[in-house]
Amino acid sequence: MGRKLLIHNDKVPGINTYEVYRAHGGYASVEKALKTMQPDQVTEEVKKSGLRGRGGAGFPTGMKWSFLAKPEGVPRYLVCNADESEPGTFKDRYLMEKIPHALIEGMITSSFALGAKTSYIYIRGEYFYVARIVEKAIAEAYAAGWLGKNILGTDFSHDCYVQVGGGAYICGEETALLESLEGKRGNPRIKPPFPAVAGLWGCPTVVNNVETIAAVVPIVNMGGEEYAKIGVGKSTGTKLISASGHINKPGVYEIELGITVEDFIYSDEYCGGIRNGKKLKAVVAGGSSVPILPTELILRTAKGEPRLMTYESLSDGGFITGTMLGSGGFIAMDEDTSIVKNLFTFSRFYHHESCGQCSPCREGTGWMEKILQKFLNGTANESDVDLLWDIQSKIEGKTICPLGEAAAWPVAAAIRHFKQEFIDIARSKKFVDISHYDRLNKLVRA
Amino acid sequence: MKVTIDGIEIDVPKGTTILEAARMIGPEVAPPTMCYYSKLKTSGGYCRTCIVKVTQGSTANPNPMPKPVASCRTEVMDGMVVENTINKEVLEARKGVVEFLLMNHPLDCPICDQAGECHLQDLGYEHGAANTRYEFPRREFEKIDIGKYVQLHMTRCIMCFRCVKVAEQLTDNRVHGVMHRGDAAEISTYIENVIENEFSGNVIDVCPVGALTDKTFRFKSRVWFTKPVDASCDCKKCSGKVRLWLKGNDVLRVTARKDQWGEVEEFICNECRFERKNTADWKIEGPSPIHRSSVISQNHYNHLNELKVQVMKQQKALGFMDINKRP
Repeated sequence: MGRKLLIHNDKVPGINTYEVYRAHGGYASVEKALKTMQPDQVTEEVKKSGLRGRGGAGFPTGMKWSFLAKPEGVPRYLVCNADESEPGTFKDRYLMEKIPHALIEGMITSSFALGAKTSYIYIRGEYFYVARIVEKAIAEAYAAGWLGKNILGTDFSHDCYVQVGGGAYICGEETALLESLEGKRGNPRIKPPFPAVAGLWGCPTVVNNVETIAAVVPIVNMGGEEYAKIGVGKSTGTKLISASGHINKPGVYEIELGITVEDFIYSDEYCGGIRNGKKLKAVVAGGSSVPILPTELILRTAKGEPRLMTYESLSDGGFITGTMLGSGGFIAMDEDTSIVKNLFTFSRFYHHESCGQCSPCREGTGWMEKILQKFLNGTANESDVDLLWDIQSKIEGKTICPLGEAAAWPVAAAIRHFKQEFIDIARSKKFVDISHYDRLNKLVRA
Repeated sequence: MKVTIDGIEIDVPKGTTILEAARMIGPEVAPPTMCYYSKLKTSGGYCRTCIVKVTQGSTANPNPMPKPVASCRTEVMDGMVVENTINKEVLEARKGVVEFLLMNHPLDCPICDQAGECHLQDLGYEHGAANTRYEFPRREFEKIDIGKYVQLHMTRCIMCFRCVKVAEQLTDNRVHGVMHRGDAAEISTYIENVIENEFSGNVIDVCPVGALTDKTFRFKSRVWFTKPVDASCDCKKCSGKVRLWLKGNDVLRVTARKDQWGEVEEFICNECRFERKNTADWKIEGPSPIHRSSVISQNHYNHLNELKVQVMKQQKALGFMDINKRP
């Protein structure tokens, strides 16, 4: 069994209430930080821990914190990005739903490190019930004196607010999130300036993922060096993986970074193998926007080494033969899955979620969806594959925010690894759907 | 700060953007722009036509920037090396952007009032491909009257956000903005509200395409059949420096004066633009400077035209570049 630091208590009855959470050692990190540490020491521990952002990009958290500008007389903010909208990712929801106090504890400790008197938890609109859970937990924390003025009798005061988003994927992009939080249309800002210099209401702001903030709690409790012992190389600690797709045991798993992908898919502790005894065809390892990989490349790198669940190992080989750990949305697909249809679903999503600010993404995402629709209709030509490739290359890297890339990468990877499937459809002029879903649908309809 | 653009070095003050630096060097190296407008704060960055490649970030950090950057929103660093027209990757990317911009554009130039002074036409001519690869129905919208003088034809809009910035920065009450998102996004007023303020007409001038047109001029004449002259008047609300577009002695249209980059020099008020349509209202200063490659210069400066034909013949004989190619 791997060590669990974030959701080790998730099966304890009533862990979502303050009393039970506190009885299980909750809020110890706040006590430790406020009473025995200086803010910079907390940041130092996070740096030592090697914690990397769990939202997708994997940027070292300690470094991000140390970039925060600290001008005199200007408030600083901590914003928690709980706008978890990446298809295939549902770990933050699990964490907030089961153990909301873990997030709040992390928010207080992190805010202490950053010197933020106010913090915000931006929760996506579709998670409305989660927002209620978190709000209730915040009320409990206020009542118990963990939030408010002079926490634990120190001169550190802190207020934490929940803001519910309108349900736009783009608001998970940190600057769009800040715009939305300010009450504006959620369009990404043009960077620089980065939020660490001018973020929320023009003040220095740190935006962190839910899991990142929750991970600060064990880091402060056990010490950064101890935390860094878990994992491999620069991928330290534990990570929540949202496993979905054609596996026997879908769900949220906390893994120690560094286990092999093969282990993760086939061991009974985690996914428990592919359901119905089918073979694995492909895996999207980190949420819908990271490149899809066929079985042989997800289990082993191009060099033949076993692929590990780490930031480095998954991205080994770049995008030619590798992928990314991303947000940890692990989607496994069995041999009956149509990659073209899957890609269509992803492209439709990105088309729907493009904010419309910059032209390559606004126009290109819709175009790609329409071409993929042609494949599903059986009216596509072979030249459409090249056209798709060309369109994605003209979106990637030319947009304001990473949504353009998120839309382009899946298309590029699907064509790179499964081009024959596209060509077969184009040649035969018909799309035969073999996926479970459709068979199921037919059964239901019959 | 020293910055090198396409091999030409220039010294610029701190805080200058790559685009401004390129414009200081001259039109040969200046990237095209569709959404950036030097007179409007925070404009730019959306259309991506001005993207350039930074091959050296600065003297201190000589690494290249990984992605092409929007030159209008990227400030120069000392020792920065930028490639625009000499970089194939940039030209290819720009071609892609032009294709995206034209994808849902109706290409109704024959009936569009903007034809002849449309930035999208110029851009498509210089950087676009001859054919489109887009085979699906194009986006369409109903025309909307926003106020007495301005018509909004969203079908032609390329979402440059300039008019939104005008409304934000020039007028005291912003009543229009962007609704919906993605490729369904549109410039609109809330529940077809009208725009009524002294400077609303400027949205027509800043619009790079024919999405916002002057209702007092619609379908009156092709712009190249009218003759532009600079004129002025004593206006209490604005500078009174305008450009009149004449047909014979009739003032068909009044616009603000535009500079070499197609940007308004000074914004004018609605009274000057829409109400003063007599030559008697104006003190005419003389013919407006129009670039010789512009279609607008076609019928007015005959001697120039003859000269041009001669020069072209000579240059063609010698195998030189076409002078009609706008730098």
